Amino acid sequence: MNAFDEDTLHAYVDGMLNETKRLEVDAWLAGHPDDAERVRAWIAQNQALHAAFDPVLNEPLPLELVRATRRQRPAISRLWRAAASMAVLAVTGLAGYGLGLRSAEPEIIARMPRDAALAHVVFSPEQRHPVEVDAAHAEHLVKWLSKRLGAQLAPPDFTAQGFELLGGRLLTGGNGPVAQFMYQSADQRRITLYVRRAAGGNADTSFRHARENGVEVFYWIDQDMGYALSGAIARAEMQRLADAAYRRIGR
Amino acid sequence: MNLLRPDLIEHLPRLRRYARALTRDVTQADDLVQDTLERALVKLDLWRPGTDLRAWLFTLMHNLFVNQVRANKPLETDLDTAQDIPVNGGQMDAMALRDIHTALGRLPAEQREVILLVGLEQFGYAEAARILDVPLGTVMSRLSRGRERLRQLLAGEEIDAKVVKLKVIK
Repeated sequence: MNAFDEDTLHAYVDGMLNETKRLEVDAWLAGHPDDAERVRAWIAQNQALHAAFDPVLNEPLPLELVRATRRQRPAISRLWRAAASMAVLAVTGLAGYGLGLRSAEPEIIARMPRDAALAHVVFSPEQRHPVEVDAAHAEHLVKWLSKRLGAQLAPPDFTAQGFELLGGRLLTGGNGPVAQFMYQSADQRRITLYVRRAAGGNADTSFRHARENGVEVFYWIDQDMGYALSGAIARAEMQRLADAAYRRIGR
Repeated sequence: MNLLRPDLIEHLPRLRRYARALTRDVTQADDLVQDTLERALVKLDLWRPGTDLRAWLFTLMHNLFVNQVRANKPLETDLDTAQDIPVNGGQMDAMALRDIHTALGRLPAEQREVILLVGLEQFGYAEAARILDVPLGTVMSRLSRGRERLRQLLAGEEIDAKVVKLKVIK
């Protein structure tokens, strides 16, 4: 049998050979311990790199970096902020005028649909690391996220609507931790439930809808917690899912 | 106008992973990512739709990284700037993680880049060559030298500078 050049051995390690060639290299390595030893070490290097740096994929995304992915258009964003604060005025007006709300709280509500849609867009396409803790460890997942948020969470069950819990992760959003639960349907569509604290004397709000760059978001406040359900799927179906979540969490 | 840039956001976790491995420093890595995004937004009109956006972003990051390395220190000194990095628990024990961190720091930046693009980010050899703007043969020789050196470092072998020099052949 012919010896293989160095490039072929690297291509073997990196999974870039076709089946025939790969089997030939396998056979060669079986009879050549020196080459086999080098190849084993290279494979171990790739594994060590993944073990050392894959956790970065699951880290909460720093908001400055998320913002840096948007085009800087001061005029537009000023307009947006103005629109957002108008919305906040309307909300607080409904919730009870002059209750002495802390100024940071309404902003959290105003930003929630956008932050939730962002978190959805970032993580729902992930193939290898869609969630930090998977549903197989559901009990641990709920306990862990509840502890980090300082509130007892209970991810709603969407089995009747055709979505299974995939798992969840912890993010940062503005002033505090955020839990994200991800669900997937049999045809691989994904929805995410974004949960954060929204305390500060706000009355519970009704159910609201926003559309953020193709992502449908339904959001509400219930007992000091803010919830937002996001999905890039038809609004009518999202509404049904959000209704189910709203009813279950509200109980 | 889109307020969200989902195309760029999707790549954020991987850009951060590569930058972290490249610099082995959280702040430095995120600064590099931020610079990359800023440049990407300025140059987005130059990106041709239909081509690989991820590879294009890595190209931008490579150029920024090279400029930084050049501005801060000659490539030679990079050999000795292995840092001790606090590690967060994972599948491997802390010792092994620190080893790979330290060993990466001892590789010349150009070898480290190839090893990370191929071994961690899983780019093909030709893609890595395009990102780094070097011939395919250069990618292969850097990969070969880098992996061999990493193997010796991880095995705890003392590297004789002369031996390494002899291996520098394209």
